Amino acid sequence: MFEIIAFYIFAALTIGMFGIVVMSRNALYSMSALAGGMIFISGFFFILDAEFLGVVQIVVYSGAIMALYAFGMMFFDTTRDVSEKMRSKKIAYTLSVISAILVVTILCAPLVSENIQASYPSIDNVGNVQMIGLILFTKYLVPFELAAIMLLVAMISGIVLASKRMDEYLTIEDDELEDAKEGK
Amino acid sequence: MFETAVVIETVVKAVIVVAVVAGMAGFATFIERKVLAFMQRRLGPMHVGPYGLLQLAADGIKLFTKEDIVPQNAVKPIFMIAPVIAAVTAFVAMAAVPYFPEFTLFGYTIHPIISDINVALLYVMGVASVGIYGPLLAGMSSSNKWSLLGAARAVVQMLSFEVVSGLSVLAPIMMIGSLSLIDINDYQNGGVISWLVWKQPLAFILFAIAGFMETNRAPFDTIEFEAEVVAGYATEYSGMRWGLFFIGEYANMITISVLVSIIFMGGYNPIWFIPGAVAMLLKVSLWIFLFLWVRAAWPHIRPDQLMWVCWKVLMPLAVVNILITGFVLI
Repeated sequence: MFEIIAFYIFAALTIGMFGIVVMSRNALYSMSALAGGMIFISGFFFILDAEFLGVVQIVVYSGAIMALYAFGMMFFDTTRDVSEKMRSKKIAYTLSVISAILVVTILCAPLVSENIQASYPSIDNVGNVQMIGLILFTKYLVPFELAAIMLLVAMISGIVLASKRMDEYLTIEDDELEDAKEGK
Repeated sequence: MFETAVVIETVVKAVIVVAVVAGMAGFATFIERKVLAFMQRRLGPMHVGPYGLLQLAADGIKLFTKEDIVPQNAVKPIFMIAPVIAAVTAFVAMAAVPYFPEFTLFGYTIHPIISDINVALLYVMGVASVGIYGPLLAGMSSSNKWSLLGAARAVVQMLSFEVVSGLSVLAPIMMIGSLSLIDINDYQNGGVISWLVWKQPLAFILFAIAGFMETNRAPFDTIEFEAEVVAGYATEYSGMRWGLFFIGEYANMITISVLVSIIFMGGYNPIWFIPGAVAMLLKVSLWIFLFLWVRAAWPHIRPDQLMWVCWKVLMPLAVVNILITGFVLI
């Protein structure tokens, strides 16, 4: 009973939040609603007893959206509305409605045909973390390692791109830097 | 029926935790002033009540009755909700923290934890790090340059300490093999020698430093440092909204103290003749005192120094610690 109540509360909150993300013209509203929506999604994981995934949802997305805020801070005055240039409203609305219907159909098709089976049913007396570890390091070992390598590549390229003068303090002025290089 | 009983019990526990911790947070502000005064050879608050004890009530009344000012150009809804986020996340994080050993009252066994989820440690750290959204949103919505600088520093600080606290706590978790705070506590039930502090001294120090950054305490309180950014994110705030930020900060301090006590210092296991609950209270008080002591003893550091120390010193140390632990375990 309480699970159903919780589910509907979280569902309404999540949809509301993501609605604000799309509709609002203020970057600050959108980003805050995005962060809120991501955290409300973790509620579904907790209802389904997948606590680990729920917590990962909170940790990962709160950090990721924090980086988004940093970009917003650099590029916009986030207290003002952003004026959007929309050439054709018809095309935008048609495309978004079609893609929404497509996503719903794809996700609901197996539900309608009642053709869902868990290929790896959950094991009793084994914790959340252990189960995810078992799956990751047996069935999904290769994709997991590939993802790790991709992340490593991304990290190294990020460091290379940003690494100019990384060994000096950020507060040193440019001319002081030149002086330091020439050994004055 | 059983479900309803569980819900009622949980609600009661949640109300008790919020009430007690909010009271403790208020009292901690008084203790802080007294300890700082003692270390600087002053008397601190003395006039209101015996030894200034009622200063607490006076401050409370002042904060509640002050006018609630919202600046004209601020983004109102976000400006108003930011302090609430800071306080609420601090309390929500406590849902998975066990405070005392279980005890029996009127023939009914009580577990002093609101919800025993098996990823408690990760949950507490994740939710506590969401708390930095409070300062961030406050700074970005105030339309004040000092506030914005404070918000920028909040982002920098959060992205830096998250990595250190996460990696440093990984080594103890590898040894214990569980993320549940109760399992972590039970792992150290062999007296003082079995405390994880002796097996993981490096992880302990790194986690403590990250804890200071997470609670914005000196020497890492760059986001509200008066000499550089006025009051940082809190520049435009007054009255109870300002107070909420500080209840959140002190509640976070209590959470971090409890976490450190459980993970590294034996938790609520009894020491010799001291019962577990008293041992826990002593450890938490010791950590709160340490927070205040460090504030009196150390100067502030600059944000770039903070990033430097996080990414170039603490993070490599944490990774090395994990490597060594891994080799020893294998």
